[in-house]
Amino acid sequence: MSRASIAIVGAAETTELGKVPGLSQVGLHADAALNALADCGLKPADIDGIATGGHDVAEINQYLGISPTWYDGTSVGGCSFIALVRHAAAAIQAGLCTTVLITHGESGRSNHRSHRPIMPSMQQQEFEAIYGPLFPPMRFTLPVMRKMKDDGLTEEQLAMVAVVQREWAAFHPRATARDPITVDDVLSSRMIAYPFRKLMCCLVSDGGGALILTSAERAKDFPAKPVYLRGTGGEGAEGPMVSQMESFTSSKAFRVSGKLAFETAGITPTDVDHLMIYDAFAHLPIYGLEDLGFVDRGEAGAFISEGHTRPGGRLPLNTNGGGLSYMHSGMYGMYALQEGVRQMRGVSPAQVEGAKISMVHGVGGMFSAAATVVLTNEDSW
Amino acid sequence: MTEKPVPTIYPETRHFWDGAAAGKLLLQFCTECRKHYFPPRPFCPYCGGRAVEIVEASGLGRLYSYTISHLPTPGYEPPFVVAVVMLDEGVKMLANIVDCPPEPEALALDMPLEVTFEARGAFFIPQFRPLGSLQ
Ligand SMILES: [Zn+2]
Repeated sequence: MSRASIAIVGAAETTELGKVPGLSQVGLHADAALNALADCGLKPADIDGIATGGHDVAEINQYLGISPTWYDGTSVGGCSFIALVRHAAAAIQAGLCTTVLITHGESGRSNHRSHRPIMPSMQQQEFEAIYGPLFPPMRFTLPVMRKMKDDGLTEEQLAMVAVVQREWAAFHPRATARDPITVDDVLSSRMIAYPFRKLMCCLVSDGGGALILTSAERAKDFPAKPVYLRGTGGEGAEGPMVSQMESFTSSKAFRVSGKLAFETAGITPTDVDHLMIYDAFAHLPIYGLEDLGFVDRGEAGAFISEGHTRPGGRLPLNTNGGGLSYMHSGMYGMYALQEGVRQMRGVSPAQVEGAKISMVHGVGGMFSAAATVVLTNEDSW
Repeated sequence: MTEKPVPTIYPETRHFWDGAAAGKLLLQFCTECRKHYFPPRPFCPYCGGRAVEIVEASGLGRLYSYTISHLPTPGYEPPFVVAVVMLDEGVKMLANIVDCPPEPEALALDMPLEVTFEARGAFFIPQFRPLGSLQ
């Protein structure tokens, strides 16, 4: 039998989500951090490890008044926060710190951003950006036409991803887009970058989130139900040039990350009760389901269209509505983690009854990187 | 309409742009792996070896994947095609598809393409057009 060694004891999003014109990027980090500290009854002085992505970790540290013995500023895009969960777990186990705060904040909509965002810039600028794909909808989606031809993925199946996630968003009072939509609505929404239409693209939001991790043995002293890590999770990377992906029908970073997460958790896809796959665009849950091994290659479009991931289906996926309907600040990975934690605490507005294992998988950049963690509410297995 | 973006060129990539200005599409080739690679760097991404050569590509390839962007973009008149081209040498490159309507009907995956060079300020940018589209 294995015993859990690391737990998430504090978790919170920003007080407001979606449109938050009164807070800057650093302010969103701090609002989420203070909410997560309140969630577990800790003060900044109790934190000795701090981590964030997409923002200078030292600035967040100074703003919050923390004196860390460990920090991590891994910035590979939206999955950074998922990777930071496993980095934090490793740091706690190695004795580098005892109590880690991971923060995220982004003023995606109101645009009160930091001055120098941390972005890749050299080969991507020289050999891709000069051709005009400046925005994610025309770049992140580049492999999809190939996948449609090689694997039979259809526009209707991409539309169904958005339709099903809107069904989940309807449960969440804090979701931005909650009104039901149909495949026709999606396929008649404005063309953004063929074959992607507006409703296949993520929202643009303000918000933040934070997590607090410590050792499992301390976890029961905190007020909320502990959420444990099962296994080490996984991570993988290719790089920021989407044109140089090894395959256009499958993400190597997804496969490497998912395999590690499953192997170290000692589980297979059928053990997963609840799944989050970062969906900046409608094709990402398709790639995720296949590359994590939930279905075989080429089957994910039909799997979603047949209703297996919708409310009542056998594999509840993106139960907050995802980046397409819940919110998307820019680096959405933190919100996927928050919904995984809510599900394991049993407090999600779209609660999956009896769920014991939640997998949270995210993409960083545009197929640039990936990270995966397995959460559970059981302290041994 | 503002200007189209131009590349920031670094010491390791200068040869590629000099080649483009001379009407040549230059790749690199690892003499150990016997494989072409792109984008330029002074070592092979497959084996880490420094025994690499600069070689001229055939300039021929096929349409591997694409999007048709409707978003306003400096220097571009939407809709325009952002494509990935699979060169006959087995490497992928991003480019726009020129001399071709930006419509799905005109953009069959795997259709043959040939390189052409677009003058952009002091730079020449490799682009691709349907093979034989000039005839
Ligand atoms: Zn080599």
